[in-house]
Amino acid sequence: MRTLTQAEITLGTALPPLTINLTPTTVVSTAIATMDFTPVHHDVENARAQGSKDIFLNILTTMGLVERFVTDWSGPQTLIRGINVRLGVPAYAGDVLTITGAVVSCVNGDFTVDVRGAVSLGDHATGTVRFRLPH
Amino acid sequence: MTTTAGSDVHERLMALADEQIAVGEVRGAAAVDPVNLPMIRHWVDAMGDANPLYTDADFAAGTVHGEIVAPPAMIQVWTMAGVRTETGASPIGGVLDLLDADGFTGVVATNCEQTYHRYLRLGERVAPATRLTGLTGPKTTALGAGYFVTWVITWYVGDEPVAEMMFRILKFRPWEQKPAPGRRDPYPLRPAVNRDTAFFWDGVRAGELRIQKCGDCGELRHPPGPFCTACRSLNRTYVTAAGTGEVFSYVVHHNPPVPGPRTPFVVAVVCLPEGVRMVGNIVDCPPDQVTVGMPVRVTYREMDDDLTLPMWAPREA
Repeated sequence: MRTLTQAEITLGTALPPLTINLTPTTVVSTAIATMDFTPVHHDVENARAQGSKDIFLNILTTMGLVERFVTDWSGPQTLIRGINVRLGVPAYAGDVLTITGAVVSCVNGDFTVDVRGAVSLGDHATGTVRFRLPH
Repeated sequence: MTTTAGSDVHERLMALADEQIAVGEVRGAAAVDPVNLPMIRHWVDAMGDANPLYTDADFAAGTVHGEIVAPPAMIQVWTMAGVRTETGASPIGGVLDLLDADGFTGVVATNCEQTYHRYLRLGERVAPATRLTGLTGPKTTALGAGYFVTWVITWYVGDEPVAEMMFRILKFRPWEQKPAPGRRDPYPLRPAVNRDTAFFWDGVRAGELRIQKCGDCGELRHPPGPFCTACRSLNRTYVTAAGTGEVFSYVVHHNPPVPGPRTPFVVAVVCLPEGVRMVGNIVDCPPDQVTVGMPVRVTYREMDDDLTLPMWAPREA
């Protein structure tokens, strides 16, 4: 696995989309792996009683997937500096999350990627990821 | 000068928020476990993140880090409460409790912004420190009226800040219960329907506000009864009201809680242009904005699958 160099990145470059099939297993396993035991992330009846359609992805996972979306493309030695996410519609089990994005700025070696995580209901998360490259 | 309960709660909220903001950073309990490979492995497995930097010691040795480091986005994971363990006191709790108590029971996260000062190595133990940074509202949102609560958590290793997170939630008062799929739960308060009052409830179902009328002398009366108090006739009929009125008097009910309506709610005596008065709830208007003389118009609310109640909403004069 290679890490991109600064010279290899041009502004406007679109990243390869990351598609996540949100099976109940995805929702539950990521909730548990992020130590989030809030019932709406693993207990369907509880989630429905609170007006949700189904269990849904927790925020810690959204942050992790957005991070993965960038490093899958830029490489393992990418130095992630920050993730800024505005949260939208829930990402329910049974839906598909598609993360897309493009490089929007580079200031003194600090790159910013605009990201959008969309599900069938609309934008689940929109925001930016900032990173540097070691070379 | 009167102070309505609604603005009173707002004042208390804002005062508490100012107090908590002034307190500044409150240290929480350190992570139960230091940064460790098993938890990282579970995390990358669940995320589907194949980055070898997080799990492959040989690969990591050849990077700028020189050793395995944790995924930056895992920062919050290290100090999450467990199933049975709780996080300690926080400067946020009081504000959230007060919002809950005033009916702002809904919660939805709106922003999560994390900044990573450096990557974490295996064996490091982080400790969080939380500070409330903002409370704004009430704002009208698609979900209901609510307050935005913002706080910042800084994670430390020893005295060194290694990451921070700005987190914002909306605590809202849901507009109304979402209709459950299938039949709705029956509304617990039901009108007494009998031979004297059935015409009124039939009217409500038909979207008409009916006033009982004496079949002989024509006197209008409400609430409906068996005979005319003017001429003692037992003959009765009804007329359909225009559906407008003015608030004659009202109370705001805060306590005790009653089954059905969400407190606070307004019960008003409404003066109809036809000359009778009716008791009903005022809706679509914050309780502290109801006034005597306020022009209102009847509105019909489905309380469950069988019951519709006439209520009163503000109208232009």
